Amino acid sequence: MRLSKKEVEHVANLARLTLTEEEVALFTEQLSSILDFAQKLNELDTEHVKPTSHALNITNVFREDEVIESISREYALKNAPDQKDGQFKVPSILEG
Amino acid sequence: MSLFDLPITEIHKRLSNKELTASDMVEESLKRIAEVEKDVQAFLLVDEEQARERAKAIDQDIAVSEDLGILAGLPMGVKDNIVTEGIRTTCASRILANYEPIYSATVYKRMLAGQAIMIGKTNMDEFAMGSSTEHSAFHPSYNPWNLDYVPGGSSGGSAAAVAAREVYFALGSDTGGSIRQPASFTGVVGLKPTYGLVSRFGLVAFASSLDQIGPITKNVEDAAYVLQTLAGYDELDSTSANVSIPDYITPLTGEIKGLRIAVPKEYMGEGVDPAVKEKMLEALKVFENLGAVWEEVSLPHTEYAVATYYILAPSEASSNLARYDGVRYGVRTDSAENLIEMYKKTRSEGFGSEVKRRIMLGTYALSSGYYDAYYRKAQKVRTLIKQDFEQIFAKYDLIFGPTVPTTAFRIGEKISDPLQMYVNDILTIPVNLAGLPAISIPAGLVNGLPVGLQLIGKHFDEVTILRAAYAFEQHTEHHKLRPMVKRG
Repeated sequence: MRLSKKEVEHVANLARLTLTEEEVALFTEQLSSILDFAQKLNELDTEHVKPTSHALNITNVFREDEVIESISREYALKNAPDQKDGQFKVPSILEG
Repeated sequence: MSLFDLPITEIHKRLSNKELTASDMVEESLKRIAEVEKDVQAFLLVDEEQARERAKAIDQDIAVSEDLGILAGLPMGVKDNIVTEGIRTTCASRILANYEPIYSATVYKRMLAGQAIMIGKTNMDEFAMGSSTEHSAFHPSYNPWNLDYVPGGSSGGSAAAVAAREVYFALGSDTGGSIRQPASFTGVVGLKPTYGLVSRFGLVAFASSLDQIGPITKNVEDAAYVLQTLAGYDELDSTSANVSIPDYITPLTGEIKGLRIAVPKEYMGEGVDPAVKEKMLEALKVFENLGAVWEEVSLPHTEYAVATYYILAPSEASSNLARYDGVRYGVRTDSAENLIEMYKKTRSEGFGSEVKRRIMLGTYALSSGYYDAYYRKAQKVRTLIKQDFEQIFAKYDLIFGPTVPTTAFRIGEKISDPLQMYVNDILTIPVNLAGLPAISIPAGLVNGLPVGLQLIGKHFDEVTILRAAYAFEQHTEHHKLRPMVKRG
């Protein structure tokens, strides 16, 4: 499975990563060889096999709908790189 | 002899009799860290002040209470992907270099309730992605048996800290072998519990359907005691199993007569170093002499496990790591004109190459047009791997094989070839895909480096693997060997 540089750049964009020219070249090579290796799975006929997403059968967890104390705003913002007026601050999205 | 070479029950007795204090234990740990940490580099953070204060508080508790927990006063290392309130938790990543959690993982709370003392946070491959601890953003860790070699990964710091007697025990996490492989490389005991037995609340997620926290210890008895405190239902973890927790200690009798052991030919075949295989055959002889019976079996889909894992784990990782965007926590780039650029620059500056590689791989495997060919296909092969195990466990009590096909590799040897690094995990990965419990225990040395023996059990049957591992340990001396912490 040979990936093109363009495909690698497209995937990087989807993953919200900016790659240097060197990284694009390296990942094109490495991802191609890993995906080649993954082709091995095609040796198996899995048409009638059900997929397993979890090793154990688990069901959802529910609790009573009770009002409980939440963490303070100050605490929630404690690790924020930037904040203003009790909110997370990010570069503006809309112009003007 | 180090205080850390005393059995857990002896420490407990001496603390109860007031012949020893928790403060003595902490000082022992800090003294050893001062001696060897410059060479081993197992820690990302050593919190002397917190540890000394905790020890003092426990000593005060001991003075007034008869009810002393079995883990009381034991210095431990905690892998840096387990969140600890108010104590920096970085996952060995630049993107979390300044992160101080505002809550604690359930396992950490259980350890504190059990009166263990955290000495510090241990080094790891960034976000637990890697098999050597060379992928830490801060520094590699080194194998105490030979400092030119890796300690394994991704819980390499935890394993090295236990092997070098810097702590009494440590917590690690295992997604594709990250507890067992470093335990094997450093000659200690590493236990990956059944998926769901130990809470993952507060474990920074890598691949949520595979991750599991477990103990790294010097011997099997210690592993059983730590597991006893770790295991149990947690309503904060939606994948926590609501099962009753058995007594893990009483079955450690040394008796295993009649135990049925399956030896998969795929675990002993080509690719396994002949010297490692030799150690396995010696180990089988020990089990035979103890009255266990073994037969060769086949797990035919073993050869597909690594490819399955390297589609599934990166897919889950690409989703889990989407949260690192520089908005709510972690480090943010200082030069971005707009929001999308801020996300991209923050992530590109914050993540190391192995993490980027896996995020890219996962994003690709989950993307439109490729989902069925990769992700769904791998989920189906996962079913076949799981069924292989179910067939064997219908007839046998446990599965036996090496933990890793080789001993530790040299620092730098595999770092430039990710695929070569990935196939190193061929014998540990199937266990995570099937959610089974497994233990790695020392089985001797080859060229001065430890070899690990892996025992795999049925879901929630930690008792059998611990019982068998303990019996083996009682009739061998491998776990008593200590590394010299030296080069060459």
